[in-house]
Amino acid sequence: MADLTLRDVKKSYGNLHILHGIDLDIKSGEFIVFVGPSGCGKSTLLRSIAGLEEISSGTLEIAGEKVNDVPPSKRGIAMVFQSYALYPHMTVYDNMAFGMKIAKESKAEIDKRVRAAAEILQLTKYLDRLPKAMSGGQRQRVAIGRAIVRNPKVFLFDEPLSNLDAALRVATRIEIAKLKESMPNTTMIYVTHDQVEAMTLADRIVVLKDGRIEQVGTPMELYKHPGNLFVAQFIGSPAMNIVGGTIDRTGETSLVSHVGGHKTSVPVATPAEAQGKTVSFGVRPEDLYVATGDDYLFEGLVDYVEQLGEVQLVYVDIGRADQPLVAKLPGNVEVKRGAKIRLAASPDELHIFDSDGHSFARRRLNAAAAA
Amino acid sequence: MANARGKSFIGRFGVHIAVLVFVAVWTIPTLGILISSLRDKDQLIVSGWWTALSTSSQTEAGRLPGASAQVEKGGKFVIEGNIFGDGPARNISAFGTKAAAPTQHQAGEVADLGEGVSLLLNADGSFVMQSPKAFEGDRGQRVYYASSAPPRFTTDNYRTVLFSEGIGRSFINSLTVTIPATIIPILIAAYAAYALAWMRFPGRALLIAVIIGLLVVPLQMSLIPLLKLYNGVGLFFGVPAKTYLGIWLAHTGFGLPFAIYLLRSYIAGLPREIMESARIDGASDFEIFVKIVLPLSFPVLASFAIFQFLWVWNDLLVAMVFLGSGSDQLVLTGKLNALLGSRGGDWEILTTSAFVTIIVPLIVFFSLQRYFVRGLLAGSVKGG
Repeated sequence: MADLTLRDVKKSYGNLHILHGIDLDIKSGEFIVFVGPSGCGKSTLLRSIAGLEEISSGTLEIAGEKVNDVPPSKRGIAMVFQSYALYPHMTVYDNMAFGMKIAKESKAEIDKRVRAAAEILQLTKYLDRLPKAMSGGQRQRVAIGRAIVRNPKVFLFDEPLSNLDAALRVATRIEIAKLKESMPNTTMIYVTHDQVEAMTLADRIVVLKDGRIEQVGTPMELYKHPGNLFVAQFIGSPAMNIVGGTIDRTGETSLVSHVGGHKTSVPVATPAEAQGKTVSFGVRPEDLYVATGDDYLFEGLVDYVEQLGEVQLVYVDIGRADQPLVAKLPGNVEVKRGAKIRLAASPDELHIFDSDGHSFARRRLNAAAAA
Repeated sequence: MANARGKSFIGRFGVHIAVLVFVAVWTIPTLGILISSLRDKDQLIVSGWWTALSTSSQTEAGRLPGASAQVEKGGKFVIEGNIFGDGPARNISAFGTKAAAPTQHQAGEVADLGEGVSLLLNADGSFVMQSPKAFEGDRGQRVYYASSAPPRFTTDNYRTVLFSEGIGRSFINSLTVTIPATIIPILIAAYAAYALAWMRFPGRALLIAVIIGLLVVPLQMSLIPLLKLYNGVGLFFGVPAKTYLGIWLAHTGFGLPFAIYLLRSYIAGLPREIMESARIDGASDFEIFVKIVLPLSFPVLASFAIFQFLWVWNDLLVAMVFLGSGSDQLVLTGKLNALLGSRGGDWEILTTSAFVTIIVPLIVFFSLQRYFVRGLLAGSVKGG
């Protein structure tokens, strides 16, 4: 129902700049996830959209209307806080009805909408309880219910799952995904630092770092075509392996020499001026496999093995001082500590980043994405 | 819980003992006042309150009836009767006729008074005095006796104190001062505290600093200037100098810095998300204050109410300056002070008045103390 447009949105406290010009278009009905490390400004951005923080400059439009100076309650938004923020002295029913009571809606209408929301969230039998008599997951559902009752155009979530324990987090994540399905026209914006939540919930992910947008894209775009080193290492777990290298040959397919003078041909186009430049060469742990022949990428000694059953994380010392290479191998592959291992990866899964950290466009997969 | 803190048995034992000692030190005087105020006036004079439950013994003097009461019986002149008359019976253990030896004879023993005169005094107070010659004179024989009386408790002291000593009226006066002087500062301070904690306006930090600075201004220093100011303003409006309104305003003024400081720290500590959530729900500042902040601040309002109530109730100085000393304006503390002068020796009056004075603070404390303990915020935010 509501498009959201951010144009050069900046936020600063005195000399401290939190957001450095955010440009973002969010389509009606999208599920957008803001993700990034602590202090990247993702919560500030969300709170600016909510109207809890004033933006210093730029424009913010909801459904085509500039809302820079519109109070939060008039923006057609609802927000679910990390700490639930329930009114502790009110019952679940009163918590959900609070906004409508303030808006002086009729009793019958309040009752109808509160009960409908309680029905969706299976809270009907808890309506008379106080928040303190409920578990964390139930409290978070009440907070979501309070947002649903407002019938918002834009739904804002500020790390709603961080206070729940692991099992409950998965369950509630699925509930939120289902909730989104049942409200296809409602735009949802979700802030998290957990990339699993970002990958599983989002239509599009916005990766933020130091108050700037690093990349916007669908979860698979971000995974397959990280725009820069930061995104490459932020999305995916364990993080992508990055080793230093130089470009030996540019063109449609580049030749990169990296650890130990090993040369690898990568199907990534590089411009002629990149010849001889220092680059970062990246490959995801899960794309590595044990090489059988002489065609391999890395060679080293197994430093440590973390066996997880289904998979094992193999740390390989490839002669780099700072950190070992990580490979995610099937759990049934026999790997001995201290043994020599050769690892290979499909050329399609290799990434090259220039010295500024920007990735070189991937020819083949770009074509595939376009198709 | 105690175990979870990892304290040793001896450590916990020590804490319990210390608590017990403090409780005893603080309660025993109160208990003493209560018991003393309920005891019979005569018993109170001769024995301490801790003996209240045991039989008290005292040595008294009495005089037997004079010669007019004598009866001639079988050649002897006899005077009979009961030494207590119609008064309450006591138990006499010993008696004598000389001040130097008041307990010379056991009760029930016949004492020889010389010249053939004998006196028998029984434990129940009945006596028989016999003499071969007729008694003369209207002044009867002086008798000393040690008597013991069962413990006697009475509410007479309270009746006396409340209705004839003027404490009742002073009690009403004290309430008249204290209740508004507690409620008015809470009302003002709650608004101020919310504004200083959650509303942004220029000069807010300075205002807070000034209020905290006012906390350290001694009352004695501002008392007289305040009185002059009040009288000046009062004169302008034609209001008399010593009125209840004046003392309400004075106590409000003296209480406000602390009230604002205390309430502001508490209200500023309420979770920000709750306010933001309410703001998104469309609540104005006033609605947030009334519907969210006030109910959640109840514990701190209650604790400030107790502070302010006790302070105003126990205050003598401000009351002496801002109120007159007529019976319609004299508060309990002032009245107690006056009683100390006029009835200094009458313990039953003093202890009873003292207990009347402390009973209200006790009720206030015990009715509100549960709000200190109860966490109203439970369930609102994480970890609740």
